Amino acid sequence: METPTKLPPSSPSSPTTGFSVPSAEKVDGFPRRSMRRARQRRSHSSSQFRYQSSQVELTPLPLLKDAPVAELHDLFCKKLQQCCVLFDFLDCVADLKGKEIKRAALNELVESVATSRGVLIEPLYPEAIKMISVNIFRTLPPSENPEFDPEEDEPALEASWPHLQLVYEFFLRFLESPDFQPSLAKRYVDQKFVLQLLELFDSEDPREREYLKTILHRVYGKLLGLRAYIRKQINNIFLRFIYETERFNGVAELLEILGSIINGFALPLKSEHKQFLVRVLIPLHTAKSLSIFHAQLAYCVVQFMEKDATVTEHIIRGLLRYWPKTCTQKEVMFLGEIEEILDVIEPSQFIRVQEPLFKQIAACISSPHFQVAERALYFWNNEYILSLIEENCQVILPLVFGTLYRVSKEHWNQTIISLIYNVLKTFMEMNSKLFDDLTSSYKVEKQNEIFRL
Amino acid sequence: MAGAEGDDSLYPIAVLIDELRNEDVQLRLNSIKKLSTIALALGVERTRTELLPFLTDTIYDEDEVLLALAEQLGSFTVLVGGPEFVHCLLPPLESLATVEETVVRDKAVESLRKISQEHSPVDLEVHFVPLVKRLASGDWFTSRTSACGLFGVCYPRVSSTVKAEIRQHFRTLCSDDTPMVRRAASSKLGEFAKVLELDYVKSDIIPLFTALASDEQDSVRLLAVEAGVSIAALLPQEDLEDLVMPTLRQAAEDKSWRVRYMVADKFSELQKAVGPEITKNDLVPAFQNLLKDCEAEVRTAAANKVKVFCESLPEDSRETIIMTHILPCVKELVSDTNQHVKSALASVIMGLSTILGKDNTVEHLLPLFLVQLKDEYPEVRLNIISNLDCVNEVIGIRQLSQSLLPAIVELAEDAKWRVRLAIIEYMPLLAGQLGVEFFDEKLNSLCMAWLIDHVYAIREAATCNLMKLVEKFGAEWAQNTIVPKVLGMANDSNYLHRMTTLFCINALSEVCGQEITTKHMLPVVLKMSTDQVANVRFNVARCLQKIGPVLDSSALQAEVKPVLEKLATDQDMDVKYFALEAISVLALA
Repeated sequence: METPTKLPPSSPSSPTTGFSVPSAEKVDGFPRRSMRRARQRRSHSSSQFRYQSSQVELTPLPLLKDAPVAELHDLFCKKLQQCCVLFDFLDCVADLKGKEIKRAALNELVESVATSRGVLIEPLYPEAIKMISVNIFRTLPPSENPEFDPEEDEPALEASWPHLQLVYEFFLRFLESPDFQPSLAKRYVDQKFVLQLLELFDSEDPREREYLKTILHRVYGKLLGLRAYIRKQINNIFLRFIYETERFNGVAELLEILGSIINGFALPLKSEHKQFLVRVLIPLHTAKSLSIFHAQLAYCVVQFMEKDATVTEHIIRGLLRYWPKTCTQKEVMFLGEIEEILDVIEPSQFIRVQEPLFKQIAACISSPHFQVAERALYFWNNEYILSLIEENCQVILPLVFGTLYRVSKEHWNQTIISLIYNVLKTFMEMNSKLFDDLTSSYKVEKQNEIFRL
Repeated sequence: MAGAEGDDSLYPIAVLIDELRNEDVQLRLNSIKKLSTIALALGVERTRTELLPFLTDTIYDEDEVLLALAEQLGSFTVLVGGPEFVHCLLPPLESLATVEETVVRDKAVESLRKISQEHSPVDLEVHFVPLVKRLASGDWFTSRTSACGLFGVCYPRVSSTVKAEIRQHFRTLCSDDTPMVRRAASSKLGEFAKVLELDYVKSDIIPLFTALASDEQDSVRLLAVEAGVSIAALLPQEDLEDLVMPTLRQAAEDKSWRVRYMVADKFSELQKAVGPEITKNDLVPAFQNLLKDCEAEVRTAAANKVKVFCESLPEDSRETIIMTHILPCVKELVSDTNQHVKSALASVIMGLSTILGKDNTVEHLLPLFLVQLKDEYPEVRLNIISNLDCVNEVIGIRQLSQSLLPAIVELAEDAKWRVRLAIIEYMPLLAGQLGVEFFDEKLNSLCMAWLIDHVYAIREAATCNLMKLVEKFGAEWAQNTIVPKVLGMANDSNYLHRMTTLFCINALSEVCGQEITTKHMLPVVLKMSTDQVANVRFNVARCLQKIGPVLDSSALQAEVKPVLEKLATDQDMDVKYFALEAISVLALA
């Protein structure tokens, strides 16, 4: 898939720039590993520090726990302001004293929000949200590694994590505090805020994405006015990922949140939600990096079915449409998802999709890749699926019989052959009359073919 | 109509329908690709009344098939009866323009743009513009995205009321609430501006540009940069400062590195669009900042532009600007921490010497070249060496030769064979510029050493290199310097080296000419025909075939023929095969 619009590369080796492609490739036969290592050693830049010209000198403030009640809020506020100062973590020895003061202050803020009641009063909301925004919202740096493969490569970790983690922790405690009042927060945690929060999900650092996931989930749970907006923006992120860039690090985390959101959808499903299923979730299966978020995606899909069985046909036909043609690893994932779906399918829905579905399953059984064939044949070990097959034996057996018979004679892999024998045996026991009829007509057909030759 | 004839004429469409329903995607694809043949068979009327409705209604298919269809329909005008009926093609293309898959959609838009030109002005307003409006107000983002690409092609040819509507639709899409549509609008803004009347550029496009360039999403903002360049080129000089420069300045300092990257990447175009005055006052400082950007990606893009930027500076102040503003940044980039930055710079820095002239080059640039020639990354060194010709013209290469040599030697012996390969390719260029004396003294031994490299690709390139050197320095030079060494290898104990002798002779015989070939090379080749390794023997046969045309007929008959005949009775199959082939090609039978 190509991008409709010309975007600049997110990394030095993207094909749009002249300098990049030849770099290592041209010069070096075996660049990948060695280059990667070299790059990882390069310090991780962060656009955050661009406009911070004069660094403020921090001075330690009194401890919150020692403060008299009357001054507590004032001190809390001062600490929040103190934490708005950003430090350069690329230079690990720069301003150690300041870093330590901020770390201690953040720790105190976390502690205070988590344990003491009555701290979160109205004037503190804008200060708290400002402190959070200043610290977490930043343009993510270009990826160190142009062909970053989340399964293979070490992610680039955020250098300022020692502070960033505490800021996230504070945000989380803030949202979870029993004193937290959505009606006050919604003035500051607005659409723009949420949009920036969502953009951070592209962070390469899994620790950051983990915090973001929990935080966004809380925001979704507590700020009802933002729900539709959040869903829409997640949609946009996914659509861009599918059709434009194919790069976004936080797909799995967003899907995980959606999994629980779908769970809470009211019935009957709104058309907006059905559209999300058909136009976003199903096409997500086409992504090259499916393996990274497939578990979460399959969960969402099954959630939809459990909510409303009438979407089953959309789902199955959608998956069949995007069935992988060359990537066997993805094919195995698709088969896994189909099994998850069949596990909860309603028999009436099963009848509607059984024909195209079992044609595909037959094609998988005859795959020369034994893992694909094996995964498909495992369906017959699933009792619920077996009962569905049995009920519809008249339709299904003719669809798969030819394949089973042929593959049982031809497949190179012994395990597959014995699995097929089991399947054939099961069918024979299910309906021996039909089985015999099909056997004899198959043989006649074979004979005819030989004659024709 | 006779029954038989009716059946006959139905046949193509029946086949098409059949194949379009086939389970095999490849067959469906083939049948779509034959669509024009089918249309031709059906004739224009039935193509309009049967084929197109069929395609419009029944197509729901794999993206590959849809892509092929979208492409075909773009050149279907003749097949539906010419421009008068071209609007029949709109319905199927309209639905293809709403497909999710970007490639299909883009192709449908491309075809729509193509056939829009074939509409008469009336048809354009009656058929085409309504389609654009429908797309522009579609529910799903895909159709609105497609619409963005269609405004520009119909605008110039419609009435002023319709023009106003089109501008209104474009405005709406620029503030669409999905970023996908805003991106599409942003990327078409420049194109749309070009077809608008200047007053509307000022009143409509500028506010849209300003809004898109400060969009909340950087993916939208960065596309506005390119639009800004196009718009700047349209406006009269006196309006630039007020209308576009504030926005462009802001883009050059955007908080997102992607936007800054885009500015750096489009810098030459921008420079051209805004003219010399603004360049001096605004672009020079902006360029300095980009060269010092905190992201390596941005610095790399800017470094790539150093030469073009300097070249296009207004002549009266060019040298001063370069010396006082650009060169200090360039000096810093030479020791940048990022290899891509240094390598981008190395690929253009030599070009500055022509701009700055001899004295400045010697005083200011030469030290930088020397630093880059010693860079830890081979690519940086290679980029310098590959551009030596620019410097040669200005100061001559001698100034550099003392530093060049260690750099070349180091690259020549690099552990990575692709680095060695790259430097071999520059050898003829270097030889030409350094002169034969320097070459014999310093580089010849390297060229000979490559002949016994353990990587075949290097030996092969080294062979080819020798040929090019002989072309440069002449046959006499060859005879004195390289031929003896090449022939000496014929007695090497390693059969691969003995084969290299043969490969060199293959390459050199023609450029060395008949005398050297007959006198010096041929005896060696003939002697090798008794080599104990079959690979050497069959390469003797191939070599003889190759050098045969250079030899005179007496040598062929007296010396080559008996040897080939003997080889033709060799016990090795391949030797026999190549000997017989040589005999027949040289007509010695």
